[in-house]
Amino acid sequence: MTDLRNELTDGGAPQLSTQPVEVAQAEFGVSGWLRWAWRTLTSMRTALILLFLLALASIPGSIFPQRGSNPIKVNQYIIDSPTVGRFLDKLGMFDVFASPWFAAIYLLLFVSLAGCVIPRMIAHWRILRSRPPAAPKNLSRLGDYQVLPALGDEMPQEFLGRASDLLKKNRWRVDVHDFDGETGWVAAEKGYARETGNLLFHMALLCLLAAVGLGSLAGFRGTVIVREGSSFADTRSQFDSFQPGRIFDDSSLPPFSFTLDKFTADYQRGGQQNGAAREFAAKVTVKDEPGASSYDKLIQVNDPLDVGGVKTYLVGHGYAPTFTIRDAKGAVVFRDTAVFLPQDGNYTSTGVVKAPDTVPQLGLTGFFLPTAAVDQILGPHSTFPAPDDPAVFMSAWDGDLGLDSGRPQSVYKLDTSHMQRLGIKAMRPGESWALPQGHGTVTFDGFKQWASFTVAHDPGQGWALMSAIAAITGLALSLLVRRRRVWVKVSTSAQGDTVVEVAGMTRSEHASVSDDVDALTADLTGRAISVTGQ
Amino acid sequence: MVNVTLAEFSNRFVYAAMVTFTIAMITFAISMAATRGRDLVPAAAAPAEAQSGGVAVATRVETTLGGPNDGALPPGRRSANIAMSVTWLATILLGVGVLLRGLSVGRVPWGNMYEFSITSAFAVSLAFLVLSLKRDLRWLGIFVVVPVLLTLGLAVSVLYTDAEQLVPALKSYWLVIHVSAAVICGGAFCVGAAVTMLFLVADAGERRASAGKSYPLDWLARRLPPAASLDAMAYRIHAFMFPLWTFAIVAGAIWAESAWGRYWGWDPKETWAFITWVAYAAYLHARATAGWKGRKASVIALIAFGCFLFNYFGVNLVITGLHSYAGV
Repeated sequence: MTDLRNELTDGGAPQLSTQPVEVAQAEFGVSGWLRWAWRTLTSMRTALILLFLLALASIPGSIFPQRGSNPIKVNQYIIDSPTVGRFLDKLGMFDVFASPWFAAIYLLLFVSLAGCVIPRMIAHWRILRSRPPAAPKNLSRLGDYQVLPALGDEMPQEFLGRASDLLKKNRWRVDVHDFDGETGWVAAEKGYARETGNLLFHMALLCLLAAVGLGSLAGFRGTVIVREGSSFADTRSQFDSFQPGRIFDDSSLPPFSFTLDKFTADYQRGGQQNGAAREFAAKVTVKDEPGASSYDKLIQVNDPLDVGGVKTYLVGHGYAPTFTIRDAKGAVVFRDTAVFLPQDGNYTSTGVVKAPDTVPQLGLTGFFLPTAAVDQILGPHSTFPAPDDPAVFMSAWDGDLGLDSGRPQSVYKLDTSHMQRLGIKAMRPGESWALPQGHGTVTFDGFKQWASFTVAHDPGQGWALMSAIAAITGLALSLLVRRRRVWVKVSTSAQGDTVVEVAGMTRSEHASVSDDVDALTADLTGRAISVTGQ
Repeated sequence: MVNVTLAEFSNRFVYAAMVTFTIAMITFAISMAATRGRDLVPAAAAPAEAQSGGVAVATRVETTLGGPNDGALPPGRRSANIAMSVTWLATILLGVGVLLRGLSVGRVPWGNMYEFSITSAFAVSLAFLVLSLKRDLRWLGIFVVVPVLLTLGLAVSVLYTDAEQLVPALKSYWLVIHVSAAVICGGAFCVGAAVTMLFLVADAGERRASAGKSYPLDWLARRLPPAASLDAMAYRIHAFMFPLWTFAIVAGAIWAESAWGRYWGWDPKETWAFITWVAYAAYLHARATAGWKGRKASVIALIAFGCFLFNYFGVNLVITGLHSYAGV
């Protein structure tokens, strides 16, 4: 291969690939070292090592829970094994894809990539505008080489013209060196799309990275739980959690709102997958902006609500039991529909009710079970996710809820440090429980369903998609197109005979030009001939 | 909703296919044992020289199972032909099994690991048979049939799930696009890995033979095409599949955007798809890097296939993530 390449480059021909050639470095000093560092960084070998590192560095992200996708699991991990957990946390193992070392690897990789690709783009740009290289002196040294029968009546120049026309018709780039009495040739090249595709692919990766960056800087993500009959308006304060990008501006939140009219779920009954979800749908009434007319929309798992590029996805659901608390005289002192959080696949749900205005304050904590069952091991639990036989198991507490202390409290936890337990009771919808010590009654009125939504906007998304499409296009071109050259040469031998040679070469890996050479030979001779080859 | 009769018929066809594939495997093995094999030391030129002479190294190398064709069937040829026919039969049976499974639930039959596995096995054997129409791939037969049988065995024993409807997250036309691309890639990567392993065997055999050393897998290396042609074939499979694998990931990202509200979230499945992608990218780069061509690059391809397998089995069965669905 080496001699072939030398012959081609000696003849002033550019390489078939613009992949940089590694040159031995002789000079030293600061600029020499810098140049060496740059060459090393942009070499294929370094890129290869960085690719390995990138793959390796991603592995912990799939083994340890990640804050980005599952912060609760991360906290649980640290609580369960504090020493190891904290150590791993320091290493960034719970934030692998946002960690400095992961960023270091991909940034180095992209610098290396840019350093490799940009010079190649310049070189390729030049090649795209240059002529195919001259025929090498000794065509017979090429892999695909054929000698054609004598020309007959056709003059050498005529023949070269015909070859050139044929090649042009087949979309080769052609250069003709006229017959000067001794020699004349046609050089043709094809498949520039290979390198174009290669460069397109690598540039598209850079654009993809930029698009991902744009999305995380200028986008936002929020989650909110909405009960049936309740509404949500797209302002920051209404979200249960809100993660804005660094340059996100609140004023870019479109002012839409929606009311959850009804949530429906359908589950498999019987069989191996008993209880598996089959259908989730949230029927909402949407207003694109205050004062606008409202419309209905069914938000489903693969069908989000889209208002001006901000999408609302259905991500979860659960039950919210309604409780009424009456005082000893029977007057209603509290009524609320509390969101209970599912704990298992059958929607055994736990939650808390806080009644701050009763005297003393009352708190309820316990389970909502859509299909209730009790056994010795599991205690109260649900055996099916649909509300076939709903019940609550609640314990009641009185005392100080701790809401006045000023410390923020979770709505899903009851701080019982200043409370006394009054008792425990199972209730079906409509049933009441007379609390001991004349505290009044608690009634389980019934339940609603709630749905949780993710509201998100990613301004980089369209760019990311376009980059990905460009990347796939580039990949397909660079891996499937062959870059190849053919030459047709007419020369006069020492004996005075006219010799016609056809040869081709390709540097694309494991590709061949023999089909091109065969086709060209057949076209030139007007028939498929038996040829004398190597 | 679910047609139980069709689902049962589907299972019977899958079992019938397994029996037939087993017969094919045995017949391929007999054929291989009966084949004379080739001389590992090239008569005229050393392999290195053959390489330097031509850019077209591997394209026209005839595969040599059964030796030269001089009228009478060479040893091993008859059983190889029988094995090919049996493989056709097994593939048709499996295809009917897959089709009936899809008909029984009224959707594409790749909603869980069992369905994914039988579809993948079907894709592998069909791809092998289609390719064998154009060129002689009889030597490869046993190395395709064995992984197909392993996949089917795993599918019916460990991964089996009754035919059921899909969970809401899977109800999308992206299921057809994303998963079919992944199935095809899985099948092709499997064949690519098999050919790569065979390349390593043939390459080692040729090297040892040139150096006059003995080689424990010599019997196998003799019955394989030349290492250079195996290398070329492995490269073509991987080069052809890499854009499709990229497409599978991108299609998954588009689906993830409509189902989960983000196109990329480093879910374990996404992470391992990315790792697999990076590993295959490393393989393609290694082939263009001095000092990494040949054996080292092949090892990278095998590591990449390991990542793919882990993404399928490891991530689905061991790690829980968004890609865990009812009945695995």
